[in-house]
Amino acid sequence: MTDFTPENRPSIFFRAWDSDVAYSFRRSPLAITAALVSLVIILAAIFAPWLAPHDPFNPASLNLMDGFTPPMEPNAFTGNVYWLGTDNQGRDVFSTILYGARISLFVGFMAVLFAMVLGITLGLIAGYRGGWLDSLLMRVADVQLTFPSILLALLIFGVARGFIPPAYREAMAIWVLIVAIGLSDWVQYARVVRGATMVEKNKEYVQAARVIGAHPTKILVRHILPNVMGPVLVIATIGLALAIIAEATLSFLGVGVPATQPSLGTLIRIGQGFLFSGEWWILLFPAVTLLALALSVNLLGDWLRDALNPRLR
Amino acid sequence: MTAISNKPPLLSVRDLVVEFPTRRGTLRALDQVSFDIAEGEVLGMVGESGAGKSLTGAAIIGLLEPPGRIAGGEVWLRGERIDNLSVEKMRRIRGRRIGMVFQDPLTSLNPLYTVAEQLIETIRTHIDVSEKEARKRAIALLDRVGIPAAARRIDDYPHHFSGGMRQRVVIALALSAEPELVIADEPTTALDVSGQAQIIDVLKDICAERGASVMLITHDMGVIAETADRVAVLYAGRMAEIGPVRDVVQAAEHPYTAGLMGAIPTLTQTADRLTQIPGSMPRLNAIPQGCAFNPRCPRVFDRCRAERPELIARASGRHVACWLYETETENV
Amino acid sequence: MSDALLSVSGLTRRFDVSKPLLNRVIEREDRQFLTAAADVAFEIRRGETFALVGESGSGKSTIAKMIVGLLEPSEGEIRFDGKGMDFASGSAMRALRRRFQMIFQDPFASLNPRWRVGDIIAEPIRTFGLLRGAAIGAEVGRLLDLVGLSASDAEKFPHEFSGGQRQRIAIARALSSKPEFIVCDEPTSALDVSVQAQILNLMRDLQDEFGLTYLLISHDLSVVRHMSNRIGVLYLGRLVEVAEAKRLFTEPQHPYTQMLLAAVPDLALSGRRRTPVTGEIPNPINPPPGCAFHPRCPHVMDHCRTDAPASHPTASGEAACHLLAPSRAAAQTAQD
Repeated sequence: MTDFTPENRPSIFFRAWDSDVAYSFRRSPLAITAALVSLVIILAAIFAPWLAPHDPFNPASLNLMDGFTPPMEPNAFTGNVYWLGTDNQGRDVFSTILYGARISLFVGFMAVLFAMVLGITLGLIAGYRGGWLDSLLMRVADVQLTFPSILLALLIFGVARGFIPPAYREAMAIWVLIVAIGLSDWVQYARVVRGATMVEKNKEYVQAARVIGAHPTKILVRHILPNVMGPVLVIATIGLALAIIAEATLSFLGVGVPATQPSLGTLIRIGQGFLFSGEWWILLFPAVTLLALALSVNLLGDWLRDALNPRLR
Repeated sequence: MTAISNKPPLLSVRDLVVEFPTRRGTLRALDQVSFDIAEGEVLGMVGESGAGKSLTGAAIIGLLEPPGRIAGGEVWLRGERIDNLSVEKMRRIRGRRIGMVFQDPLTSLNPLYTVAEQLIETIRTHIDVSEKEARKRAIALLDRVGIPAAARRIDDYPHHFSGGMRQRVVIALALSAEPELVIADEPTTALDVSGQAQIIDVLKDICAERGASVMLITHDMGVIAETADRVAVLYAGRMAEIGPVRDVVQAAEHPYTAGLMGAIPTLTQTADRLTQIPGSMPRLNAIPQGCAFNPRCPRVFDRCRAERPELIARASGRHVACWLYETETENV
Repeated sequence: MSDALLSVSGLTRRFDVSKPLLNRVIEREDRQFLTAAADVAFEIRRGETFALVGESGSGKSTIAKMIVGLLEPSEGEIRFDGKGMDFASGSAMRALRRRFQMIFQDPFASLNPRWRVGDIIAEPIRTFGLLRGAAIGAEVGRLLDLVGLSASDAEKFPHEFSGGQRQRIAIARALSSKPEFIVCDEPTSALDVSVQAQILNLMRDLQDEFGLTYLLISHDLSVVRHMSNRIGVLYLGRLVEVAEAKRLFTEPQHPYTQMLLAAVPDLALSGRRRTPVTGEIPNPINPPPGCAFHPRCPHVMDHCRTDAPASHPTASGEAACHLLAPSRAAAQTAQD
């Protein structure tokens, strides 16, 4: 994009550190805590195969005798000690949480990405073109907003399963889930981007590009898109927390990812069966992890919204 | 510093300092600004954007936007110090003793109330009169500021009025409590040329009638030239020159004022090129040492780069903050 | 005729300001149109500065936008160097587009805040494919130098510059496609006077150096007087008078021009009081019939209220006023 030689320019790192957003971050203990918690969970999820003491999905390494071991206590039969205990099949809860968070986060990130790409594209087009296309897209968005998104995701999930041959259902489940959550969530991106686009397209820098006959696609992508990304980033962060919860809800209801690849939601569903028989740890630890993840990501989003809002600064 | 008489001035501002603490250090937006406004006088306050002219007005009426704060100096209104009053006491002075007219009439008028309601409320808050009497006064005021059919239009909402008419309503509102001083901040900037002259005339005449002094803040030298008695020129938060308007406009002494005057195209001039001051006003975080104007000054010498000049008294009540005039005064 | 670089004729733009269909049906209202420019015709000669002045709502920016293709005219024709401007035809327009540029009013909005200055200035060069590779960087440096900035500024972002410097960047961008004609829409009204002088001087120098033709849009009569060779005065979307700059200020022909000039503040302190203007600009949705200026005109006659005046030649241009009709002018001379 640039043909110029950099010359005594502050490094990107310095400029990022020196920016107003970074300054606001350094002064907010809540944001720092939230970022740390999110980061720890995300890193743990990414490196689960190396961090987890056991592989919960390898049937060969499971010992049914290890089942129902309470946290930090030696198992009555095998004498094995597990930090967070084991579930009914003898799987290490800590390891299942690491692998579960991996799936939850993967679904969350992909769903947000899907919703973002769809929402931004439609929002840019609606805002820039205006007219009947804008009215049509926004009415569709309005109608969709009248349905609770989890209901919509359930519907999409059900319809998609109907189309997919049974042999592929298991393998496709996670992608169906991503599309279902993403489709139920694109509206807010589209609305925000459309509004911002309508403001930006009347600014003089866009007019300057139009005067020289720049192609509308180029104007949208190169000029307008970078200027509407601020609010999108905020929604995306909060949206990530919501998508993780949506995935957990769907998995909890039993329509999400298969039990062979349990996400945090699946783990909670499995765990709730044992809550009243005394094996509380099977439910509690995945639930706390989900709560910590969703809450910290959400807090991060809230902080970002305030930090990017010049009126609140 | 009062030029005309030894009567105490209506408003006296002494060494006013306004600061904005930021994370990159404290910015000094006004630096030891001093001036007086005499009874019935119109003082013009000019300067480029960021010079601190609006800030001076806001500091006087206690409406500095946080985190801005008065960090030094004093403001006296008819012998009473007002810069350290409580919020409540200051609120009573605003409106009653100091009226305000802002650039955008819409910010001064509440869109949810009719003009009558707003005028009558302001009058009755500050003056003890009956509702009927207040309404009579309000209509007379609107009539005076040139709103046709005032008795009927008084019950309209602000959005029923055009831009110029709205600014007239704001002037009426500012004067409704019979203040001693009116601070008008860019009152004509949002208006077209044809509307400007009307507003300036109304403002000037009605204040003269009522004996109110005016502090007229504007970037438009033309407006100052035909309205003000004296003019104060601000540069980078400091007073550069203050004096009778005719002297300052026609024979500016401060090199900045002189440059400013030469930069304004006029309807009568024939020169092909405008005088231009090189560079631009420094940002508040980079005000040079010594005289703030020294890097752009055509007559700069060593002392200007080292020491900041004080306001130096000149003939006919003019004061100039420039080392060029220092030796002369010593000789006098 | 041959030296006209740009000519417009019958240029008209109507904006649909109707309420939404449902409201119109319920409130039994018709569609409403705002005529921002009505049958405007003028020529700009090669190498001159032609100014359009008028108050807000006079249609001066609308006309500028139609000329550079940001708005489509409802009626009328724009010819550039003898060729009709047809903005719908992409390929045919490409060659023409390179030859005109625009400078905008607000230097804080006219530069994309996310782009480096070098990329902003290079955008026309890249869009028209004028240069490639390292030559672009060199050209950007040369342009920055030309407008009084330094080549190293190409690396910076717009927010690192003051308003005046940004307007210089905008000028550098406008020059980068080597245009012959630049539309300047209130180029200095967002700037302080000392900076305004710098920009106006720069615009003049560039005009002398490159033989540029300017269309200057402004509400500031002193700026217009300083910069232009010829001036068109707009009132409610109608061109009421065109004259040579010096003549317009010494012998304004149209009553509106006279009123506008009398309202300019006097810096010379001649003691002249501004003549307060009577009345206000009427609502452009329902402009007065006949001559649009008649409700405010001190010389209004009966037929001004019914007949729109035609343009009559004056000493250095033309003016649309019944007072200047040949028959009437003759009668006037006879009376005197």
